[in-house]
Amino acid sequence: MHIPDGFIDGKTAATTALLSAVGVGLALRQVRRRLPPRRVPLLGLAAAFLFAAQMVNFPVAGGTSGHLVGGVLAAALLGPSAAIVVLTAVLIVQCFLFADGGVLALGANIFNMAIIGAAGGYAIYRAMCTVLPGRRGQVAAVAFAGWCSTVLASICCAGQLAWSGTVAWPVAFTAMTSVHMAIGVGEGLISALVLLAIQRVRPDLTSEGSGAEPARPWGELVRYGLLAALGVAIFVAPFACPWPDGLESVAAKLGFEHKTAPRVVRAPAPGYQMPGVHWAAGATALAGAAGAVVAFGLSLLLARSLVREGEGAAPPTKL
Amino acid sequence: MIDDWIGHYHRRRESPVSRLPAALKLGVALAMIVGTVLAPPWAVGWFIAMAVVLGVAVVLSRLPLLFLFKRLAWLSPFILSVALVNAWQPAARGSWRAVAAKSTICLLTIIVVSNTTPFSRILRVLKAARVPGLLITTIALMHRYLFVLVEEAERMRRARASRTFTRQRCARWQTLSTVVGQLFVRASERAEHIYDAMCARGWK
Repeated sequence: MHIPDGFIDGKTAATTALLSAVGVGLALRQVRRRLPPRRVPLLGLAAAFLFAAQMVNFPVAGGTSGHLVGGVLAAALLGPSAAIVVLTAVLIVQCFLFADGGVLALGANIFNMAIIGAAGGYAIYRAMCTVLPGRRGQVAAVAFAGWCSTVLASICCAGQLAWSGTVAWPVAFTAMTSVHMAIGVGEGLISALVLLAIQRVRPDLTSEGSGAEPARPWGELVRYGLLAALGVAIFVAPFACPWPDGLESVAAKLGFEHKTAPRVVRAPAPGYQMPGVHWAAGATALAGAAGAVVAFGLSLLLARSLVREGEGAAPPTKL
Repeated sequence: MIDDWIGHYHRRRESPVSRLPAALKLGVALAMIVGTVLAPPWAVGWFIAMAVVLGVAVVLSRLPLLFLFKRLAWLSPFILSVALVNAWQPAARGSWRAVAAKSTICLLTIIVVSNTTPFSRILRVLKAARVPGLLITTIALMHRYLFVLVEEAERMRRARASRTFTRQRCARWQTLSTVVGQLFVRASERAEHIYDAMCARGWK
């Protein structure tokens, strides 16, 4: 999902850079305030771990393979603010050292994967943990949040591509979301299995509050949530709802609509002449909603089959 | 295998490009990328000029051409897939060519810069650009231990492959996730040791 340079235009790059700068700044402040000095090297090592873990390939049907992305896993292990810092470090290194993801698109990538993917996914994880206590609940929550964060990040990515005029919204939304609904199943499954493996070896690392932050960082989550909502309102809402584009309606109200320069770039698909594309976008949205319900059920089943009866209630034993 | 994955040109050769100051290289690269991203799709002259500049930089950097092509091919699936999706749209024939050209130019720029500049120099430039210290520390530690952990993962993968002979996908997912989980446990234990070592050397 790393957006390369050239796929998003100047205004999208500037907006996403601003949003992610605010988000990463908030996260850095939180981490500096809360993180005990002992944990500072853990941030770097966790970033290196995420990078190395992304290289372990899991076999999927038909000779293809998938790998972990790990936003939700990092957030579950370290806390949301630390996860944002860690994922930002991973994305910066991938961008400057390995040319994976563009320099101008760095803001967009950080927004999608760190703020929406990790902090947004963590909010879902936390909410689900509160409803379903115990180890079984934790495993189910990581699986479901992993799926959700992948899909949400892909929707945001599609919105940015559409806002830049690179790909028409119905096409971008349909393609990105449907592909990532499948990828998200793998992400959720791997995250849950890895969390369970860590729980078996070092239960202290996965218990609440073992990360850099207090057990219930709701205040931070509200701030990241506001930021994520602002981003979604800018990138996705104009396409997803039938009302006129927010920017256009503001322009019309202020009366400078006629002053805008003639479009230098021809819209890729004026009026979306592809028949059935609008229908496909609607169908994808419906499928996404249905997929969320199915993923929720699957994650509960997964936790049921992986964590033995009674294990959730008993205090974790050190091996 | 690690070389394939990380795909970095390790044998650094002295070349006119690698001798340039890192700040200058990063600044020029950033200017080229910004210019390319903002250039309108019909500005063929700009794209040709950038291609010529990149060509000169590649020749001066003495990077092997085969290596550059491999890196480009490794990183392009996303570009190709979006180009394909757009090619399928009848009205978008002109603009996706520009998108493909833009991203290829930007990719090549970063590949040339990152393979002729040591990462510690890039970090120094970021530090001078007032990137917060905690982020710099995290990135520096990540870069230092990245290759250590990748090699550790590779060792664990080999050990696992030589011990488990099952073709059942389910069991392989279980063992692989145990490997990844173990990798996190080892990384966090290593972080504790690093903290002790940092304290012993007077880090505050």
